[in-house]
Amino acid sequence: MDKKNQKRTTRNAKQKTASKKAVSTKIKRPAVDTPVEKARLQVNKTYKLYINGKFPRTESARYYNILGADGSMIANMCRASRKDFREAVLAARKAQLSWSNASAYLRGQILYRIAEMLEGRADQFAAELCATGASKSAAAKEVTAAIDCLVYYAGWTDKYQQIFSSVNPVASSHFNFSILEPMGVISVLCAPKSSLLGFISDVAPLIAGGNTLVALASESAPLSAISLAEVLHSSDVPAGVVNILTGYRAELVEQFASHMDVNAVVYNGDDTEEIKLIEEQAAANIKRVIIRRQGAKPGPYQISQAQEVKTTWHPIGN
Amino acid sequence: MGRSAQERLLKSPLPDYITRVDQVGVEERVARLCSRSIKKSSKIQALKLILSQIDLTTLEGQDTPGKVGQLCQKAMRLHGAWPDIPHVAAVCVYPMMVTVAKKALGESGINVASVATAFPSGMAPMHIKLDEIKMAVGEGADEIDMVISRGNFLQGEYRAVFDEIAMCKEACGNAHLKVILETGELGALDRVRHASTLAMHAGADFIKTSTGKIQPAATLPVTLVMLQAIRDYFYETGRMVGMKPAGGISKAKLAIQYLVMLRETLGDAWLCPDWFRFGASSLANDVLMQIQKQHTGIYQSEDYFSKD
Amino acid sequence: MSTGEPAHKLNYDTRWEYSPAPESADHARIDEQYGLFIGGKFVAPKSGEYFNTINPATEKVLSRVAAANADDVNNAVKVARGAYENVWSKMRPAERGKYIFRIARIIQERSREFAIIESLDGGKPIREARDIDVPLAAAHFFYHAGWADKLDYAFPCRSPSPVGVVGQIIPWNFPLLMAAWKIAPALACGNTVVLKPAETTSLTALKLAEVIRDADLPKGVVNIVTGDGSTGSALVQHNDINKIAFTGSTDVGRLIQHSLAGTGKKYTLELGGKAANIIFADAPIDQAVEGIINAIFFNQGHVCCAGSRLLVQESVADQVVTKLKERMQTLIIGDPLDKNTDIGAINSAAQLERINSYLELGQNEGAEMFQCTTKTPDFGFWCPPTLFTQVAQSHSIVREEVFGPVLAIQTFRTVDEAISKANNTQYGLSGGVWTDKGSKIFNVGKNIRAGVIWANTFNKFDPTSPFGGYKESGVGREGGLHGLSAYLNLD
Repeated sequence: MDKKNQKRTTRNAKQKTASKKAVSTKIKRPAVDTPVEKARLQVNKTYKLYINGKFPRTESARYYNILGADGSMIANMCRASRKDFREAVLAARKAQLSWSNASAYLRGQILYRIAEMLEGRADQFAAELCATGASKSAAAKEVTAAIDCLVYYAGWTDKYQQIFSSVNPVASSHFNFSILEPMGVISVLCAPKSSLLGFISDVAPLIAGGNTLVALASESAPLSAISLAEVLHSSDVPAGVVNILTGYRAELVEQFASHMDVNAVVYNGDDTEEIKLIEEQAAANIKRVIIRRQGAKPGPYQISQAQEVKTTWHPIGN
Repeated sequence: MGRSAQERLLKSPLPDYITRVDQVGVEERVARLCSRSIKKSSKIQALKLILSQIDLTTLEGQDTPGKVGQLCQKAMRLHGAWPDIPHVAAVCVYPMMVTVAKKALGESGINVASVATAFPSGMAPMHIKLDEIKMAVGEGADEIDMVISRGNFLQGEYRAVFDEIAMCKEACGNAHLKVILETGELGALDRVRHASTLAMHAGADFIKTSTGKIQPAATLPVTLVMLQAIRDYFYETGRMVGMKPAGGISKAKLAIQYLVMLRETLGDAWLCPDWFRFGASSLANDVLMQIQKQHTGIYQSEDYFSKD
Repeated sequence: MSTGEPAHKLNYDTRWEYSPAPESADHARIDEQYGLFIGGKFVAPKSGEYFNTINPATEKVLSRVAAANADDVNNAVKVARGAYENVWSKMRPAERGKYIFRIARIIQERSREFAIIESLDGGKPIREARDIDVPLAAAHFFYHAGWADKLDYAFPCRSPSPVGVVGQIIPWNFPLLMAAWKIAPALACGNTVVLKPAETTSLTALKLAEVIRDADLPKGVVNIVTGDGSTGSALVQHNDINKIAFTGSTDVGRLIQHSLAGTGKKYTLELGGKAANIIFADAPIDQAVEGIINAIFFNQGHVCCAGSRLLVQESVADQVVTKLKERMQTLIIGDPLDKNTDIGAINSAAQLERINSYLELGQNEGAEMFQCTTKTPDFGFWCPPTLFTQVAQSHSIVREEVFGPVLAIQTFRTVDEAISKANNTQYGLSGGVWTDKGSKIFNVGKNIRAGVIWANTFNKFDPTSPFGGYKESGVGREGGLHGLSAYLNLD
């Protein structure tokens, strides 16, 4: 444990150094030369966790700093604990049955609703992306791509089943068919550089397929993810379907992989050590491990890879 | 049955729930039973049992006293060369032929069974059906094979079917009543099960698959469903009811499969002529040939066994 | 549920006993000793070691089988890699398919020999080997043969390509069928194979090696290495394997998943189960009773998807249990080679010991045990069909996989209670639902977390039908279109 902690600290330090090199900042802060009498103090946003449709602070009361591209402090992020994760899994489990039983049509409507709400707050998300280093045009492009990604998966909810299910011509007098069912509760480790588009690409196909999830936002770029929670919250996404944590990946990765009530773990990235750790821990309950490499093509396979196949037999007779 | 008992029966409620039947499941069970391999002494034992359970039958418009007389001779002497072969259980004829058969069979111990109730269609007024039963019994019939009114049953007039059976039972007096369901006209195994239960509750001593005039006649799946109905009735009431598949059973191998099914569904008590019959006209000779084959190891020819 | 005796009992102890009807074993040729099948021929193991394989019904030695060590496994993988690179991956898919068709045909031609050896080596009734294992094995090759040149249609826009060399480890409950189940899709998808049969049941896999040789399959495309767990472990840990397919216990599956971590090897796992078989009051009861029998006593209960937990609605519980007990009295236990045998021998002394420990545990935990009274033979490993009533959800015999002819019976009152009990397990391989009501079938079927739902039937298998578990019953599917993806790389 000591070694791990050491390692994390080193990595964190590295990230901090890296971000200090960045130059521009997009979130406006009171300029020094504004006369005192005209100055207005900006109201800073408190970023919290998103668990069970609520925005709690971490139970551990710990935090870490997110720095802007210029190295200035943007926000205190919650440094979620394993207990926060446990609460989030409970919420995801509670929401699982009704979300997986929700009609495909309804799931599609809700995903589309997320897109609508995001569209309305496009500027805010673009600004947050800029704050963490994106150029203005890149940020705008990413936000529109993220919205379109949601619309894309909204359209898949009532179609993937038709593509992947089958009627199987068994030799006996039985009707036999195979359908997809969601794996259940999924823990998602977002890509280290996951910003808005990355996060939505990670999450949208999973909920489109009826899974509920707990996502750990990128440690260094969690702003979009946690702001997105506000969008989800106002988009008819039932409480507990998406739960979002922020914190130290190294501290939580083992829990994400080992929790006995999590059915699958989705890992975005290519850190071989982390992959090994996750795959080892996942064996505790024969958890499905889904490794997503950077730049995976969007498509129905992103949905089907987090689905189980259920086959049903019934006699054909009088 | 006395008058008051009869009234009680007529007023008694119909069975309120009939267990469902799954056709594919029945067929699978039948296939598994048919995979039993019956060899050596168990085969000979089965073949002899089959002979003793046959209702040797002639039910033709062209039946004459001469034909029935010959059949009775065959019933008593299946194969003259073998004295230790059992005789059949009964000779089954039309009511008009009961006197002939009764006389021919004498003290042989072979019963006379008579079809009645406007066999095979059952399309006659009730009083005529009852008269027919009384006439056959009066002439000496030991057993009556009645047909149910399939029309009534298919219309859902279960009360009418039940009452009709109950009345026929009463008309039989001491004669045993076999109730023919004509399963080939009932459409599905669920209905077979329902009709079986109805017949037993109404007083049937035996339930029987078919008249032999309609295809399909007896089948293994239908018989299994009826045996299971008999078992449930026995669990419920403690009363044993007999079973008679009829029509289309002409080979010893098939008859053995029926016996296997009987043995593994109802057990030991039913493995005798009192509780199980084959309605058949040409089964006996195939069984005889099989017995001969078992004794000699040589396959047989029909020419060596009297046709009737 | 009262377990009182019914008022009217039937007697299945009959005057008409079936005479013995043994299948003659003369037709089966078993060599005194088998080497490893590597590179298209049988070779002596580098280990120099052999072990006995016995008939569990007699405890007599049938043959001696090579014990492959890590060197042998390495050799087999090397040969498989060579065959993959030089021959099999270059062959036109249609030709690949024709080889697989040929294997299917030869199995059919030699079906009787396969059935006899399967029964001798594993203890299963000849009826099952003859009517289920062997025909299904042939059917698996037939089904998958046709896929070889049609994979683009199975996975549109995904450019399917083989994964390379696959290592396959199979269990002892369906030795030939599992070999077919594993080898057929692997070959159809263009992979080469190193297969390890279970220690106690190697013979039909070795006979399959003869078939593969006689079918002129290019050398090294299928290799068969016999041995115990250490052989399997060597296969799992071999660096040049691209995929592991394992069927066996959840404990071993867990170890395999753990040891494959970080290697990038693909894997599929078919593991244990503790399936609930749910009987509703409106079920076709007689067929359901037969379904219960098939669910738990098929293959002596050595079935991962066995319906080992019976959930029966309270209003019909007495009726079902009475019928079940009477049906059990007609089961014939004994010589597996007798064509009338329903329940054969337990596969090994070790498995019998495990089953017996559960029988003891079940009684110690307060459940009531009922067993068939049939006498079992003096030699060999036997366990009469067994029921437990007065069972609670917390009992070990409800929670743990016994892998034997042992059924735990519980009752329920409502649909929701049945679903909740059915899902209260770490496993999720299969489930049974018996009711005449269609909408209930869909509701219960949907809510049971398991990969296979048998509604008004149980323990049915078909090569076109995907098979595999949820939860700790495994990862991935085998069979059908969905099973192919385990043997392919897809974009």
